[in-house]
Amino acid sequence: MAIKQRLRRTMMFIPGNNPGMMRDAHIYGSDSLMFDLEDAVSMAEKDAARLLVFNALKTIDYGDMEIVVRINPLNTPYGKADIEAMVVAGAHVLRMPKTETAEDITECEAYIAEMEVKHGIPVGRTLMMAAIEGALGVINAYKIATASDRLIGIALGAEDYCANLKANRTKSGIELQLARETILVAARAAGIDALDTVFSDVNDEEQLIYEAQLVKDMGFDGKSVINPRQIGPVHKVFAPTEKAIEKAKRIIAAIKEAEAKGSGVISLNGKMVDRPVVIRAERTIELAIASGVLLPEEVE
Amino acid sequence: MELISKGRAGTLESGDICVVVEKCSDKGILIDLDSSVASLFGREIKAVITKTIQDLGFTSGVKVTATDKGALNCTIAARITAAVYRAAESTEFSWK
Repeated sequence: MAIKQRLRRTMMFIPGNNPGMMRDAHIYGSDSLMFDLEDAVSMAEKDAARLLVFNALKTIDYGDMEIVVRINPLNTPYGKADIEAMVVAGAHVLRMPKTETAEDITECEAYIAEMEVKHGIPVGRTLMMAAIEGALGVINAYKIATASDRLIGIALGAEDYCANLKANRTKSGIELQLARETILVAARAAGIDALDTVFSDVNDEEQLIYEAQLVKDMGFDGKSVINPRQIGPVHKVFAPTEKAIEKAKRIIAAIKEAEAKGSGVISLNGKMVDRPVVIRAERTIELAIASGVLLPEEVE
Repeated sequence: MELISKGRAGTLESGDICVVVEKCSDKGILIDLDSSVASLFGREIKAVITKTIQDLGFTSGVKVTATDKGALNCTIAARITAAVYRAAESTEFSWK
């Protein structure tokens, strides 16, 4: 089932024309799977990949994982067929690549709704996310993020963005700083998730961890990955520390105590606990449980 | 839909099946299958191929040459469907 707010620490790309990867994709434990009909599939194989992903989604039980499909842009010969097939297949989220304006989203949304009506699917069931992969998309990030109630998040696509900017990819990530900050602020202002780009060298775990830590500290919800080996290190980065978990547990306990007393004011160790602190504590607990370092029954 | 040319789909990668679909003068659906798991699953693979082709409206005059690399049934059906549409030079899929 499509859920707008959920844990999205990792979203693993699965090439849309690779049945071997589709068969096993769900065993590695990423929070979301992203079947790619766009850049991972050559022009000559677009029809076959669309059929393959359609049949996989109709047949293979991916459990409660979030199923995302990266479709081709609507202005290509493949975009509309991708949308119809994936809406019918029951994809939870359609990822729009190379989003530059709010109109890119509203046009896709209108076609998604048209296909939902055509096939007797409840209008609004199919959620969307937008990938921002160029300078214009960054400039319009907030307009994009607020263009549809179906949006679950916006993501940075760094390779195309750097090509568009004439920038080089560096280890420090300086070339992505403005885009990351802009996308994060736009997502937060819109109340949706901010998702970071892939790190493409699967053999460089040290740099992957550096990037994951950087975007986690900035406030991102997660990072796209291209290989099962990248899932564990990213989840480890996003897992809260023991100290943070203990603090969050005390805050949650204080809230419950205040609620039991009917008190509107929450205090902990003599300090007032306000709403943003509670939200962060709840997110810490959610992440800790998802990361397997805390059991739900341990939260009093 | 009518088969006009040879339609190919799939690869020889693990978990996939490479198929060629073409028109033939024989009655029925002819299947030439090469699979490392033919002794265990050959009958089932052929049944999936046959059903997929029948569901697309063909009952006779179709030849399928397939090299299987351990494909799931959903992959076999997807590859056969892609090959039939390519052979028919059609893109009018019916998604349901």
